[in-house]
Amino acid sequence: MATDITPAAADRRRGWSDPVAERPIARAILIGIALSFLALVLVIPLVAVFTEALRNGLGAALAALREPDALAAIKLTLLVAAIAVPLNLVFGVAAAWAIAKFEFKGKAFLITLIDLPFSVSPVIAGLIYILLFGAGSVLGPYLQSYGVQILFAVPGIVLATIFVTFPFVARELIPLMQDQGTGEEEAAISLGANGWQTFWRVTLPNIKWGLLYGVLLCNARAMGEFGAVSVISGRLRGQTNTMPLHVEILYNEYNFSAAFAVASLLALLALVTLVLKALLELRYSRDSVGH
Amino acid sequence: MELRIDKVRKEFDRFPALHETSLDIRSGELIALLGPSGSGKTTLLRLIAGLEQPTDGAIFFGDEDASHRSVQDRNVGFVFQHYALFRHMTVLDNIAFGLNVRPAAIRPPKREIERRVLELLDLVQLPGLEKRYPNQLSGGQRQRVALARALAIEPRVLLLDEPFGALDAQVRKGLRKWLREIHDQTGHTTVFVTHDQEEALELADRVVVMSQGRIEQVGTADDIYDRPTSPFVFSFIGESNALPIRIETGQAWLADRPLGIDVSGEADGPATLYFRPQDIEILTDPPGGGLAGPVAAQRRVAGTRHLELEIGGDRTRVEIEVPADYPIGETGRVAFKPKRWRLYRNDGASGN
Ligand SMILES: Nc1ncnc2c1ncn2[C@@H]1O[C@H](COP(=O)(O)OP(=O)(O)O)[C@@H](O)[C@H]1O
Ligand SMILES: [Mg+2]
Repeated sequence: MATDITPAAADRRRGWSDPVAERPIARAILIGIALSFLALVLVIPLVAVFTEALRNGLGAALAALREPDALAAIKLTLLVAAIAVPLNLVFGVAAAWAIAKFEFKGKAFLITLIDLPFSVSPVIAGLIYILLFGAGSVLGPYLQSYGVQILFAVPGIVLATIFVTFPFVARELIPLMQDQGTGEEEAAISLGANGWQTFWRVTLPNIKWGLLYGVLLCNARAMGEFGAVSVISGRLRGQTNTMPLHVEILYNEYNFSAAFAVASLLALLALVTLVLKALLELRYSRDSVGH
Repeated sequence: MELRIDKVRKEFDRFPALHETSLDIRSGELIALLGPSGSGKTTLLRLIAGLEQPTDGAIFFGDEDASHRSVQDRNVGFVFQHYALFRHMTVLDNIAFGLNVRPAAIRPPKREIERRVLELLDLVQLPGLEKRYPNQLSGGQRQRVALARALAIEPRVLLLDEPFGALDAQVRKGLRKWLREIHDQTGHTTVFVTHDQEEALELADRVVVMSQGRIEQVGTADDIYDRPTSPFVFSFIGESNALPIRIETGQAWLADRPLGIDVSGEADGPATLYFRPQDIEILTDPPGGGLAGPVAAQRRVAGTRHLELEIGGDRTRVEIEVPADYPIGETGRVAFKPKRWRLYRNDGASGN
């Protein structure tokens, strides 16, 4: 019946089509390509990881995780993330604030600098620290004489992880804060709020979703980092092995089921992060349209 | 609270946004800063608030030099051009903000704060909206919340940057009257910025006309409209015509034609004649004096008609106001002479 025709259908009947909408066939092909690509490179491997881990049963997988070296790797990974993520949170907020709300010389340079870890291979990041703190450097032996061990120890791993993950929070916040401008902060100080009150009551609530999002991404990367950490850690089993490194070692030892068990745990962490991120995005977009 | 702006100057990276400026604002006065965009109005307002530091000069609140006081200490109510409401807070929390951030010793109890907020919401005629968020309000309502928020801290002066700039004409008119009422009720010394002359002339006790980072004139609506002290003010306020003329032998001349206006006491030399379209007298039988020219265009303006005439050898266009039913003769020429006018010398001196 004519009364059932949607406006779009009516437009089409009149020979009018939305200039930016693809034709149905094109759309089906595009979606098909995207989906099969995703299945091929993401879903199938992920499923494979879990099936491989559970090949000898859930008990065996759990036992592999309870093994002392695996436990040590899990603990170390959590410790590194627990140090690197808060530091990068503070750094990211400070950098984003400076860039978005103040005018100063060298601003463009600072933005480029923040992006550096994205453009430099993590292996090189690791090597930089070897150069800085290694036996041939000035700093390394000096610190060593005070009993401070950076390389092949937790401090080095934390440093490398911070380097690799520091753009996440700042990158997330800069456009958000630039978009919001300084109006609300000026309003707050004109009403008598000091800097601290302005930050906690006005700035932070306005960026909280973006900040959480950045922290999640930062955390995911901190736990999963392989290259930089592998260069700097010395891979001392039970001491400086993080989860990704431990997976590789187990794998090289043909201990497949244990390798996949640890890998599944990492993958699980990633999946949880993704779900949280999706939830946040939902919240985020709703917040920007209305409450 | 009296305000005194004393030889204040402001540069941004060497760019002079405000040249040396002095201005006295009386206690309880409602004053308008009027000028085209970029004339330094916002800069002056932000200097008073302490949101900008002057490059030079001082700002006095009463007898006290406030120049080195921080924004927080100045206790000014600032209403921002785009309101700058806290988007994640309810209307209630927005208005209560200034009280909530006070040090515990001088912070009113929670109950009292809430009572004051509800009272302010009544004052700005928004009762019952305290639970809303800013994005659930119309532009006019946000404007009122911004004002209530500024009033909540019992400011010594109230500063408003283009308070009605983002609103449509109908709402503007209503809010204009309402702002005047609020001002009369609360008695705050109030400075507001606008680029709308009608708003400034209608609302303010005195108007400060600004151009290119300078104050051109300070005065009442009558001063500004009837006795503009510079060509800029004359042409910025209302409609106006400018005609380059010459003073010689006690007469004003356009080329070789005497204008027939009384310029006795004016020194000889070139000058510019300014007059408004409605301040003219039509000459039916030109006795060789006055201004005349063919009608180049005409338009209906409410109850009257405006004619554009081409005057003199270089066909300078002037606009005059005539009755809507004014008959234009066969020749298509109209002759007139200005009844009220001002002469500005090319060196800036003025007279009439
Ligand atoms: N923060 C700033 N940095 C550089 N130039 C500025 C700044 N603020 C204002 N200006 C300049 O100062 C002049 C006056 O600006 P403003 O006071 O905002 O004018 P108005 O409010 O009358 O439109 C303008 O030319 C503007 O570009
Ligand atoms: Mg302005």
